[in-house]
Amino acid sequence: MLEASIKEITENFESETTPLISVLHKVQAKLGYLSEEVLELVAKYLDLPLSKVYGVATFYTLLDTEEKGENIIRVCESAPCHVKGSTNVLTEVKERLGIDIGETTEDNKFSLELTSCLGVCGVAPAIMINDRVYGNLTANKLETVLKKY
Amino acid sequence: MAFYRSHILVCTDQECVEKGAKEVERTLVKELKKFNLDNEIKVVDTGCLGPCEAGPLMVIYPEGVYYGNVQVEDVSEIVEEHLLKGRRVNRLLYEIGDDAEVIAPYQQEDVFPGEMRVVLRNCGIINPENIKEYIAQDGYQSLGKALTELTQEEVIEMVEESGLRGRGGAGFPTGLKWKFTNQADADEKYVVANADEGEPGTSKDRLIMEGDPHSLLEAMAIAGYAVGANTGYIYIRGEYQLAVNRLETAIEQAEELGLLGENIFDSGFDFKIKIREGAGAYVCGEETALLQSIEGERGEPQVKPPYPPSEGLWGKPTLINNVETLANIPVILEKGAKWYSEIGTESCTGTKVFTLSGDVENEGLIEVPMGTTLREIVEGFGGGIVNGREFKMAQTGGTSGGCIPKDLLDTPMDYDALAEVGTALGSGALLVMDDTHCIVDIAKCFMHFFEHESCGKCLPCREGNTRIYEILDRISKGEGVLEDLDKLQDLADVMSNTALCGLGQAAPTSIYSTLDHFKDEYLAHITAKVCATDTCQALVVDDEEEYERSETA
Amino acid sequence: MKSLEELNKLREEIRSKEAEAAESNVKITIAMGTCGIAAGARDVSDAILDELEARGLDDVTVTYTGCIGLCQQEPLVKVKAAEQPVVLYGNLNAESARKVVAQHIVNNQVVSEWSINNK
Repeated sequence: MLEASIKEITENFESETTPLISVLHKVQAKLGYLSEEVLELVAKYLDLPLSKVYGVATFYTLLDTEEKGENIIRVCESAPCHVKGSTNVLTEVKERLGIDIGETTEDNKFSLELTSCLGVCGVAPAIMINDRVYGNLTANKLETVLKKY
Repeated sequence: MAFYRSHILVCTDQECVEKGAKEVERTLVKELKKFNLDNEIKVVDTGCLGPCEAGPLMVIYPEGVYYGNVQVEDVSEIVEEHLLKGRRVNRLLYEIGDDAEVIAPYQQEDVFPGEMRVVLRNCGIINPENIKEYIAQDGYQSLGKALTELTQEEVIEMVEESGLRGRGGAGFPTGLKWKFTNQADADEKYVVANADEGEPGTSKDRLIMEGDPHSLLEAMAIAGYAVGANTGYIYIRGEYQLAVNRLETAIEQAEELGLLGENIFDSGFDFKIKIREGAGAYVCGEETALLQSIEGERGEPQVKPPYPPSEGLWGKPTLINNVETLANIPVILEKGAKWYSEIGTESCTGTKVFTLSGDVENEGLIEVPMGTTLREIVEGFGGGIVNGREFKMAQTGGTSGGCIPKDLLDTPMDYDALAEVGTALGSGALLVMDDTHCIVDIAKCFMHFFEHESCGKCLPCREGNTRIYEILDRISKGEGVLEDLDKLQDLADVMSNTALCGLGQAAPTSIYSTLDHFKDEYLAHITAKVCATDTCQALVVDDEEEYERSETA
Repeated sequence: MKSLEELNKLREEIRSKEAEAAESNVKITIAMGTCGIAAGARDVSDAILDELEARGLDDVTVTYTGCIGLCQQEPLVKVKAAEQPVVLYGNLNAESARKVVAQHIVNNQVVSEWSINNK
């Protein structure tokens, strides 16, 4: 099953030259994260050395080689959000979820990470949950946002 | 749809409801029925109308008459007098102040006086998911013109004459890049749009791709024709999912109409565009690292030369331009190189999009001619500093840029003038900070970013960023010593002189400029152990401690 | 696309259709960039569509656009109704968006409270 879906994804990129990162994106979207077993299979079907696949998977912050919660919260830590009080947002998120950066809640619902600029500085401070961005955050708004998940 | 001659908006916000608005509304509906007015007058629930002290409150339209403190027993009078006979019930009238305000029609040019939209010409006007709206704004005309009327050399000449320089940050003449790529001899060439907008505080490329994706596609096709490439790649950061979706839609629509694909405009020219998503690495904005990433490698910068125009993607000549640079191209072809070169200053022509953020009243994006001063942008478009505070500094060009203090507010915003004052135009990020921010804390935030984003390939950048951060951290905790300032300077020198790529070379820019303009503040942290803004927690003393201190002194 | 003439023809067709629509219809344009969505543009859009449906206003065109550049004022909505100036509303939420529909489109009165034309 695992092997079949990875095989299918790599086959979809057959016409592309060097599609490794695109493949890893798709595989992660389907399987949640890139375990060692998964990386081995990607290496096998793209005919690449495992060391290279592993090197790439660990280089980029959007690629996860460890299991994450259902939802990944990324708090922007770049200067424009910092100026607008992102440290408070981060403290608030930590307190509400009871986890630190890089950790996952016990119910496996949320993982907390930092991110660099999301490009929505006009509505700073901002966070991204999965692929949705929320801006103008306050303690109150954070509560309503987290409730959606 | 039923036609109503009047609408009565009844405020059913919490405060009005507490004062009995619901009962008033029920009575109103009943009374209207009684007079057979319920077919021509509609009662609408509405949110807070503003003057809560006058609740229960209602407004009757189209007249725009407000009645305040309306009780159940007043309702029949309003219905009989006002709605049936057209006579206002004076004793219940509530005067609302802003009714007299004249609303001037909104026009795009009005966003800010002095603004000039070239790159953002269609942003906020057209529907980005409908190619027809782009075509109605003269979209794809320039591509048509280039393919049917101009030679490759003529297109390149126009770009050269326009004086356009790269908007990604380095400011390299665009026409020259095109020429080099055109002159390179190869069986295959590529055009790459650098959409890896990672510079903190910048969102211009996102705005263009989300709001006007076809202008990028059209420009890439023109570039492809001019340099002799048949494939274009948009390398876009993985965080920009909305832009990715809109670009995908746009490519599909352009292919359907034959504006991309084979034999475009019956000219024999083929061009296809593919999207490659990045995966979260700031360093991939550097062109050689970007190409590595498209090639499926770790995004590590390469030694230059060879430069991409001679040896780029998969070893083939490659033209890499920033999204904003490209978005200028269709306009230059449409209105002419001369028209474009007359905008801005002599050495920096055209307009520049700035992303204004931080402690200003109005944050957002603005496009102005090159050479507009920082003050005009901060005070004009930005509306000044929030809460009436003092301007302390502005960082230009993103986290890799320097900080400008108050006395340099009249610096023109262009490549050359900003380089002269020790910072950079860069991506056009403009982060304004008021006097509540501590210079050490801000510098720490900048360096923390680079510490994380350094790819680790070359030593000056890998170690330098970490050491600078450590020193700043010490200073912020009151553990700094005077020699630290020299060490900062030394580290910055080594990095800017010896780092392999632009990331490491530019990383210490903010260290230079803050040491230059705010040395006193560093010194206060080191010698007096004081953080004037109370930002550095370790140095904040509470009242009790302060009392004890003064006692022992 | 085979020639510039063909493109021009298409452009004129689109333009005349747009002009026709502009004359008869009320047009609501909602800014849907990432910043707008982050500030709540989806809620605003849902509220407007819901309000239009509840009132049976089927002659109103709702369209989307990218970010205008005034990120601080997001969510932004532009309303073009007959005999009224084009009005740009800022800092809307679901509730105020409903009010804009009720007051501006139904009653043809500009809601000056959220209009940012003059600011």
